[in-house]
Amino acid sequence: MQKGFLSVNTHYDLAVIGGGNAALCAAITAAELGAKVIILETAPKPYRGGNSRHTRDIRCMHRGPLGPLEGDYSEDEYYEDLLKVTGGKTNEQLARLVIRSSEKALPWMQKHGVHFQPPLSGTLSLTRTNAFFLGGGKSLVNAYYRTAGKLGVDVLYRAHVKHLQLEGNHITRVDYVYEGQQYQIEPRSVVAASGGFEANLKWLEKAWGPAAENFLIRGTPYNRGVVLEDLLEQGVQSVGDPTQCHAVAIDGRAPKFDGGIVTRLDCVPFSIVVNKEAQRFYDEGEDIWPKRYAIWGRLVAQQPDQVAFAIIDSKSLKMFMPSAFPPTEANTLEELAEKTSLPSEKLIDTIATFNAACGSSDAFHPTELDSVATTGLTPEKTNWARPISEPPFYCYSLRTGVTFTYLALKIDENAQCSTATGPVKNLWAAGETMAGSILSQGYLAGLGMMIGTVFGRIAGREAANYANG
Amino acid sequence: MQMDNLEEARRQAEICNACRYCEGYCAVFPALQLHRSFSEGTITQLANLCHNCRGCYYACQYTDPHEFNINIPQVMAEARQKSWETFAWPGGIARMFQKRGSLIALATIIGFAVIFYVIRVLKPSGGEGFYAIVSHATMTSIFLPAFLYPLFSLGISLRRYWRKVDGEKITWGQFRSALISAGKLKNLSGGHGDGCNFEEEDRFSNQRRYAHQAVLYGFLLCFAATCSGTVMYYFLNMPGPYSIFSIPKLLGIPGGLLILVGCSKLIQLKLKADPELGSARVWSGEMGFVGLLLFIALSGLLLFSLGGTAALPLLLDLHLGAVLAFFLLTPYTKMSHGFYRMAALIRDAQMKSESKK
Ligand SMILES: Cc1cc2nc3c(=O)[nH]c(=O)nc-3n(C[C@H](O)[C@H](O)[C@H](O)COP(=O)(O)OP(=O)(O)OC[C@H]3O[C@@H](n4cnc5c(N)ncnc54)[C@H](O)[C@@H]3O)c2cc1C
Ligand code: SF4
Ligand code: SF4
Repeated sequence: MQKGFLSVNTHYDLAVIGGGNAALCAAITAAELGAKVIILETAPKPYRGGNSRHTRDIRCMHRGPLGPLEGDYSEDEYYEDLLKVTGGKTNEQLARLVIRSSEKALPWMQKHGVHFQPPLSGTLSLTRTNAFFLGGGKSLVNAYYRTAGKLGVDVLYRAHVKHLQLEGNHITRVDYVYEGQQYQIEPRSVVAASGGFEANLKWLEKAWGPAAENFLIRGTPYNRGVVLEDLLEQGVQSVGDPTQCHAVAIDGRAPKFDGGIVTRLDCVPFSIVVNKEAQRFYDEGEDIWPKRYAIWGRLVAQQPDQVAFAIIDSKSLKMFMPSAFPPTEANTLEELAEKTSLPSEKLIDTIATFNAACGSSDAFHPTELDSVATTGLTPEKTNWARPISEPPFYCYSLRTGVTFTYLALKIDENAQCSTATGPVKNLWAAGETMAGSILSQGYLAGLGMMIGTVFGRIAGREAANYANG
Repeated sequence: MQMDNLEEARRQAEICNACRYCEGYCAVFPALQLHRSFSEGTITQLANLCHNCRGCYYACQYTDPHEFNINIPQVMAEARQKSWETFAWPGGIARMFQKRGSLIALATIIGFAVIFYVIRVLKPSGGEGFYAIVSHATMTSIFLPAFLYPLFSLGISLRRYWRKVDGEKITWGQFRSALISAGKLKNLSGGHGDGCNFEEEDRFSNQRRYAHQAVLYGFLLCFAATCSGTVMYYFLNMPGPYSIFSIPKLLGIPGGLLILVGCSKLIQLKLKADPELGSARVWSGEMGFVGLLLFIALSGLLLFSLGGTAALPLLLDLHLGAVLAFFLLTPYTKMSHGFYRMAALIRDAQMKSESKK
């Protein structure tokens, strides 16, 4: 059935580049406005949906209970939360547009097949600010593909878009490769929703140097920034820092790509973290999630070989979310050193020094900053500092896991792209491809999906109106 | 349980436990989250809670070709089958049935039908209606043991199950909660009421849920019909055959129709479903079982509508043969799943109340 799309003569009003959340929201919206839409997705069907398939929740403002959300979450509070993580670096106009639109987006999602977990039904859905997808992001993506299919949207998997031909202020052609062959279509409008470039190690290397080679990519291997790079080369305007990406410390045994959520490790606050020389290098008790979550990716990236080791003892093992891979276990520190190839003497010394610097742990409280700290140690551990003393001992290896990149296409509030000479008349961008305007650093849980939903819908609407007009 | 499947189930359960995206779909995931490591007993319990709805498979970002290769419905189906084979008493028969189910069902029906035929030919009886063909005494002396045997055998199996999953003393509340869950087939609702992903990839549908309940309630009606007939025969001195407005008929006919419709639908759905998401090994056994149930309902209804024609005796042989086969094979076929499922649901209710303490 895919063959049918290969005819150069098939006319499409709108080509959506990418097949994740933002792309699907755009395609559905445009199809509902009567546009004939094709989605060009580079991944094969089982991997469709990019990073969106790895997500679990979406952040939504609401005045009073809304669907799965309880209480309320005002525009200002949402915006404050965003300012905190970005250190103030956001485009207020676009950010507020996303926040304000989010309240209507949630019922729209439900109407288009997305199911949420009912409030208080499980461990994940505890919050007031974030709504959790029943079954996670892949089930959301599935629901949207079903809906899009019913609306007559065509989907071509394994269609790798290489080039959007920009002539004057128009995109005149979309070139893609399918099964090794070149094809081109000439849709009236184009929505770029092909994610960031986090899976492009060469590109990451430009910012991070050779260290980037040792990074693990948490999400899809297909987000290589091909379309982004192509458009930037043709003078389409960008925002965001090309050297920035969001990175967290994840399980060192995670796959190179696509390890997703299960490779996360929450053990750091209860552990001491050493590098491959068995040397501590940062305060493990500095802060609680989510800040800690984001800093450790960077910290590990600065260590030799970009690896680190979190070490705990038996009393801490069950204090954090279970890990996908079991930790290395040993009854003595010598044995642990041997199993992890850490220098034994140094490790024992580091732990002994740490233990000696620990005071009373009577005030230990695993879920809040408890000020159970070390004294006279560098670097100090300012919270949850308990001696590593009760065997068996456990070790998790850590590596830098890249979530996404911040360099993106610059857009206006209609999601329209532009060059130095003004708007590109028939090009819009949605999702990670443009999220850098709002998220220039840091990360606010559930905002990525909301940006994609809101701007996907705007881009779809604008593109359909342009094609219809 | 075979070691490799157990290991595989453990590996996958650990990944799910770190992920937890599927926790809203069914009882398996909340139960899974009560553990950090997975003993054989725990896997057995999880496997018997799983209804093979496949919701978690289509929601999973780690399915084949991803290197994590998660396929919970399949690994659970395999573990479930293995557990039934281990618990079945006497062992061996179950394993045989799983493999060659359709053939065995067919052979058993024919075999028993021949026996009924022989009994009938050698010992003409003097009753009315069906009993003119096979006497009531003959029927009870065959069916009473055939009814009691599977209960006895299943009793042993369930005790083995209960030990394996560290079951405790059952309270009425736990039993009730299991009964409600089974009665509504809550675990096939998908957590949102739209049903499961059984027949067509990620499309949600309640067809399997409704078809299954048609069979379940149809079976219960037929069972009630038989019971009422027994009571009328022994205690009220009202021997059959009964008129269409009698209790046995009023219960039995809709019951038979429900089974007929439900089984046909289940067979149709099973033909559409992806065998890779179940235990492909026992596909024939499961089909054989549904086929057998369908045949009983069909032949039963035909008996009723063809009463008085020349085809009746032969049809009765076949129907009785099938019923007998059904009863005797119960501990070794898919029929036993209802009993294990109830046990698993009760145990789940126990675990839930324990974790709240
Ligand atoms: C592990 C993980 C967990 C996350 N959890 C959350 C969360 O819970 N909540 C949240 O809000 N955000 C979360 N995020 C961030 C979130 O995934 C992104 O913000 C969001 O998915 C972006 O959506 P998108 O549609 O822009 O891109 P994607 O979903 O990544 O889609 C991009 C699509 O473009 C396709 N593509 C790429 N290049 C081409 C090309 N040249 N031709 C054709 N197609 C192409 C890709 O195959 C892909 O389908 C998470 C990210 C990761 C990695
Ligand atoms: S089946 Fe997949 S998505 Fe669901 S909990 Fe397990 S790992 Fe997560
Ligand atoms: S197949 Fe269905 S019932 Fe079984 S574990 Fe997955 S979601 Fe639960």
